[in-house]
Amino acid sequence: MEKRILFKYIDDPNQIHIDTYIAHGGYKAWEKTLKTMQPAQVIDEVKKSGLRGRGGAGFPAGMKWNFVPKDSPKPRYLICNADESEPGTCKDRVLMEQDPHGVVEGMAIAAYAIGSHLAFCYVRGEFVKPAALMEQAVKEAYDKKMLGKNIFGTGYDLNMVVHTGGGAYICGEETALLNSLEGERGMSRIRPPFPAVEGLYACPTVVNNVETLAAVPHIINNGGEWYASMGTEKSKGTKIFSLSGHVKKPGNYEVEMGTPLSYLISELGGGPLDGHKIKAIIPGGSSTPFLLPSQIDAPLDYESIAAAGSMLGSGAVIVMDERTCMVWVIERLIHFYRHESCGKCTPCREGTGWLEQLISRIERGEGKPGDLEKIDSICDNILGRTICPLGDAAVMPIQSALKLFRDEFQYHIDHKKCLVKSEFEFK
Amino acid sequence: MILNKISIAEIKERMVKYPRRKSVILPALTVAYRQVGHLSDQIYREISDIIEVPYIEVAEAASFYTMFPKEPVGKYLIQVCHNISCALLGADSLVGYLEEKLGIKKGETTPDNLFTLISVECLGSCASAPMMQINDKYYENLTREKVDRILEELRRQG
Repeated sequence: MEKRILFKYIDDPNQIHIDTYIAHGGYKAWEKTLKTMQPAQVIDEVKKSGLRGRGGAGFPAGMKWNFVPKDSPKPRYLICNADESEPGTCKDRVLMEQDPHGVVEGMAIAAYAIGSHLAFCYVRGEFVKPAALMEQAVKEAYDKKMLGKNIFGTGYDLNMVVHTGGGAYICGEETALLNSLEGERGMSRIRPPFPAVEGLYACPTVVNNVETLAAVPHIINNGGEWYASMGTEKSKGTKIFSLSGHVKKPGNYEVEMGTPLSYLISELGGGPLDGHKIKAIIPGGSSTPFLLPSQIDAPLDYESIAAAGSMLGSGAVIVMDERTCMVWVIERLIHFYRHESCGKCTPCREGTGWLEQLISRIERGEGKPGDLEKIDSICDNILGRTICPLGDAAVMPIQSALKLFRDEFQYHIDHKKCLVKSEFEFK
Repeated sequence: MILNKISIAEIKERMVKYPRRKSVILPALTVAYRQVGHLSDQIYREISDIIEVPYIEVAEAASFYTMFPKEPVGKYLIQVCHNISCALLGADSLVGYLEEKLGIKKGETTPDNLFTLISVECLGSCASAPMMQINDKYYENLTREKVDRILEELRRQG
């Protein structure tokens, strides 16, 4: 069953307007927060809820907020990470396009919790429509005095800026995002110092994903315990899954954590396309290892997907049927990671280029004996040796494909052609 | 001056929102791109003057962000997503179909300067694949029939 918390009013076209949002109970949490709660209480409530980062890392949100030093004299910043770029992921866009005030309200509450008076929403540059709708929501919130000076007469000031990027996947990584927001090239920073201590303009900063922040008003309204009553022991609440690829009904579905992958694919997604069988599934965005059809009953929560050998990541489930050549898939992905590597760390910058050359030549039918061992070795030399997770993200699907589908790669090298030729025609 | 009054006003409006001027580089590049359709050295110099940040810092940032074309493109920049979710549903055949309809290869511009065709990485429209972006707008769940209609409409608008 779908469990629509963040998506409750997603089908109402008027939800983008502040009056409708308020009529649906919107900004009550913001008012309650400002009028009746101390920042520490807000953090406690979110800790109690068990809410974890929905951008991919799954780090507990309340704990992240708590890392901001209480005694720092510097200004603090709250940033909403709306740089949604992980292939397969398209959920934050829906939240911004259909319920932008939910994101604004979540940002406001999070800003208050960390003592921030200036919040940014960093939207990927291609998202012109979502950014415009966020801008409009922010403007409406100012007009209704939900943002600006002396909000609800409490003396609390908060400004909010919608900022757009320039088309770089790396800027979804929080330290690269900070550099980008400062007007630099979007290259990641060495941690420590962590952003909570030295983030934007070297000031304490919290960066949270859109979906994480959009859950916050619901937690404030209904309590952390209510949120924690959904999901599994360690993965609480609901999660939006972006289902794409070879299924009848692709889409964004909000379900309780722990819902079986098979339910998402077969019941909500209508199952594989007629006459075809599932060959492989990416469960958490293109950076996560593949799952096999035999693992389709795995519950969708952080622990279970990890136990199955992959990661829940951003919740982007990509389904591939038996017509899919895995060498072709991997070529597509390594091309992406090579293009998106910021170039700062040598293993990632050079390694993704070498991997692309090797994998492309195998795909073209020009692979040589020993190529797979070379790929193994390059992967080993990238994994864990870069500042940010992009290097790991590039390597993990390759290592997984070479483990699960090594025969297919070998066949390509031996026979100079695909075992199955991926030739997908659009309608 | 390449940047018009509206663009300059938009950039200046941005400047009051950020604690530091350098943060306005990316928004300013975006404003310039929306007005002109591509970026250039002259634009970096103009932005540098408006926001009072050294030219080299503007040019350096611009060089990193691939969303902004650095050379003139057609009036309609067609960007087809070729990443995995779209590829599984025929993105390559979509590119082929557009090449055929427009009479150009990927990376080229039609002789009338109306269309430029390129393919790009994931645009976050994975559950409505295959898709393309034309200038600011997303076109999703594409079929041959839809593509025909879209191109016809844009040709009519000229």
